[in-house]
Parts: sequence; C-alpha cells; structure tokens
Amino acid sequence: MRLDWEIAKRGWRRYAAYPWATAAGVFTNTVFGFIQAYILLAVFHHRRHVGDYDAADSVTYVWLAQALIMTVYAFGWQELALRIRDGSIATDLARPLDPQRYWLAFDLGRAPYHFIFRGVLPFVVGALVFRLNYPSPGDAAAFVASVSLAVVVSLGFRFLYNSSAFWLIDIRGVMIVALSLSLFFSGMVMPLTFFPSWLADIAHVLPFASIMQVPIDVWLGKHHGLGLLGVLALQLWWALVLLGLGRLALSRGTRKLVIQGG
Amino acid sequence: MVEPVLVWRRLVGAQIRSQFQYRVSFVLDMLGNFLISFIDFLAVLVLFHNTTRLGVWSVREVAFLYAMSSISFALTDLLVGHFDQFPQKIRDGTFDILLVRPRSTLFQVIGSDFQMRRLGKAIQGALVLGYVISSLAIPWDVGRVAMLVVMVPSAIVIFASVWTVGSCLAFWTTDGGEFTNAFTYGGNFLAQYPIDIFSTWLRRFLAYIVPLAFVCYFPALYILDKPDPLGLPRLLQFSSPLVALLGVGVGGLAWRFAVRHYRSAGG
Repeated sequence: MRLDWEIAKRGWRRYAAYPWATAAGVFTNTVFGFIQAYILLAVFHHRRHVGDYDAADSVTYVWLAQALIMTVYAFGWQELALRIRDGSIATDLARPLDPQRYWLAFDLGRAPYHFIFRGVLPFVVGALVFRLNYPSPGDAAAFVASVSLAVVVSLGFRFLYNSSAFWLIDIRGVMIVALSLSLFFSGMVMPLTFFPSWLADIAHVLPFASIMQVPIDVWLGKHHGLGLLGVLALQLWWALVLLGLGRLALSRGTRKLVIQGG
Repeated sequence: MVEPVLVWRRLVGAQIRSQFQYRVSFVLDMLGNFLISFIDFLAVLVLFHNTTRLGVWSVREVAFLYAMSSISFALTDLLVGHFDQFPQKIRDGTFDILLVRPRSTLFQVIGSDFQMRRLGKAIQGALVLGYVISSLAIPWDVGRVAMLVVMVPSAIVIFASVWTVGSCLAFWTTDGGEFTNAFTYGGNFLAQYPIDIFSTWLRRFLAYIVPLAFVCYFPALYILDKPDPLGLPRLLQFSSPLVALLGVGVGGLAWRFAVRHYRSAGG
C-alpha cells in the first residue's frame, strides 16, 4: 500500500512538473467548451428538452466533459505500448511489482492532479459565463466516487489496448480505433442523451459510458437511491472486467514476449 | 522562386518514400484518420437528430460547412504540418540547427512534417462534400464554381497563418505545445459550424480577429445563396482570398518576431 502511494505521488509530480503545459491545456479546453456550449444551446432555440436534459443540463454537461477530459485521459495513451516495443517491459517484469498495479497506482496519482489543475479552471470560466446546474452534497460525493471509478475504467481500457503491442509492432492503428470508439460512445463528442435511442442503447451496453456520461449524469442528479448505486456498481463491474482482461493479455503476452537485442 | 519549391519537393519526397516503406502500417493509419474524423461528422448527425435547424441552417448546409472545413483542415495539416513536433525543438534546443541552415526557419519547420496519412481526413471530407453537393439544390454558375475552387486554397492559407501565429507561443512557453491545439483543432471545430449560433463576443474574437469565419462561413453563404443571418456586408463573402493574403503577412511577421526572441536551451 505504501508502495502504491509512492508511485501515485510520482504520477502527480510527473505532470506537476510542466505548469505551462497545464496552462495551455486549460486554455484549449476553455475554447472548446465555449464552442460546444453554443452549438448545443442552438438546439434549445427550437425545443425545451432533449431527453431528460434542459439547456442548463446540456451546458453543464459540456463544461464537465471539458473538465474531465484529462482526468479520465480521454485521448491517446501509449506509454505501456512503447515500453513493450522498446523492450523496457522486461525490466518492469523483473521488478517485484506487477505492471498493471504500477500503472493503476500511477494513474490514480495523475488523475487528481489533472482534476484540480486541468478541470477546475475551465469549469469555473464556464460557470461565470453560463447558468450551470450544481449537485446536492450527496450527489457531489457520489460524483467524486463516480469520477474515481471512471479513471479506473479508463485505465483498464487503455492498459488493454496498449497490451496489443505484445502482438503488433505498431499499435497506432489499434489505438486510433480504440480512441474513436471511446470518444464517441463515452459521450465525449456529444452527450448520449442526444443520441437516437437505438444508438444510445448500444452506447449504454458498452463500457465507455462509464468513463464520461455516467459521472456527469451523477453530478446532474439524474440517478437517485438504488439507481445511483446501480450505475456506480456498473462502473465497478466494467473496471473489474477491463482490468481482468488486461491482466489476461499481460500474462498471455508475457509468455510470447521476445526481447530483441541487449 | 523556383529553387525553394525544388528543395521542398525533395524534402517531401523523401518523407513520402519513408512512409511508404511500411505499407500496412500506412494504410491502417490512413483508415484511422478517416475513422476518427468521421466521428465529428457523426456528432453533426446526432445533433440534427434533435433539431431540424441550427439557427437558420439545415443539416445539409451544416454538412457543407463541415466538409469544406475538414478538407481544408486536412490539406493544411498535410501541406504545412501540425507544428506539434516543433515545441520539442524549442525545448531541447535543436531549433539551433534550423537557424544555421541557409533556408528560412519557417520553411524548414513546414517542410519537415509531411504525413501522407492525413489524406484520410481529406477523403472523408470529400465524400461528405460529394454527398452534400449532389443533394443540395445549389444554383451553380461561373461565380459559384470559381468560389468553390478559390475557397479551399484561401482556407488553407488562413488556417496555416493562424497555426503559425499560435505556434509562435512555443518560443515563450517551452512546454505549452497544447496552445496550438486551440487554434488547429479548435479552429476546425469552429469553422465546421455556422458562426451565427455563437455569441457576439466569441464571434468577434474567433471569427473576425482570428478570421475563421472566412474559412467557410462567408464563402458558403454565397455558394448556397443564403441571406446572411447576421446581415453583414455582402462584400465579406468575397473577401476570403484577401484575408488569406493578410494572414500570410501577419503570420510571417509574428514568426520573425518570435524567432528573434528565441533563446536556445543550449546543449
């Protein structure tokens, strides 16, 4: 446990070392937040509700999504794949610590940094300009739990597609497919509430909704009582399934791993 | 005048040859680019599942903006690159190497990032454009065809100038490479939608000062024969080439100013 804590601290520090990168990211997220907020608001010129979202829900959604992009690391991650490709994974495997546990601890240290420094500021800017919806204290607590689970689901998924590097030399193709699926079906490019019902049904049986749509719906108070416990349990289920698959891929991959050169 | 073109051709030719060495990887990459940009178009379709109009624009008209912006974005990305390797050069000091070579630094940065796979995005945009043009009743005449032909090069130059200015920030903020994303991806995102849906201040900043409205919006009003919902002078609809020229001037000046302030990281 102490070891995990130390690794997590390194995850935090890695990103805290580049304050300008953080500032640049905040700027970019804010620009995107404005553009997308006005696009969604244009839909509400013609109607009052889309599904169970009103205009304020939708704009809140946009700003939360921008705030969570980095926390759940929605864009490409290939650190593990690069370590497999260049053979550093051999060193990792020789350590008395399992690589999946290492990256999970590292990511759980990284995520709070991104949540605070990449997430809060764009959201505050959004809150100053638009009328947003805020959670009750209970929902706020559930939101924190849900975001934490979202980070684990996301890491589980990223670890899995990175493991394909055991079999492929170049995972760019796999990664871009994985990214396309997760960006679209997580609700990152458009809230799932806006999807036609058949497409929303597909999105809700996939794990990606647990990365973005679920935590935001928890903030918006769309789940109560048992329903709330249900979605958190669903996130936990996907976290376990993806981590399990990643573990399987790791053990299979390790068995066929050949390290070139020396 | 001819000589830089020859140098550019050799630089780019070498990169294309190297990218064709791994053919399967290349094809997959291109498909990937196609797929991931297709998601933006799906977003437009999802949006119009919930409304018949965005402001005064129908789904096909927005798809026209989307297609033209995507094609221009992808071709800019292909021709001048993404400037995303460039902050790295500032950080580790390898920008010094560019300074001692007998070519302009901007030319070298632009010439060193030619990625054929970026055509995948352009193909996606072209398919959408093909569909839109065949399904929209556009009153084609000489002027409109000419506008369509002039529109893309103008848009490419406007995008390229905006990216150049944006990437100048890297000279001061060595690890702030992501600033450029606001101008590259952000610019494309904005240009894909009609600017009349944005609030006045955002429009002033991102559509007129950063002249993204001239990428698609104004020329599209003319081609689609739409009255401007903002009631702006009709002359603006023909100004994109002029704005592009202005962009080249501003971009060049900004780059020159930034390079003069470059302090090597040493090494």
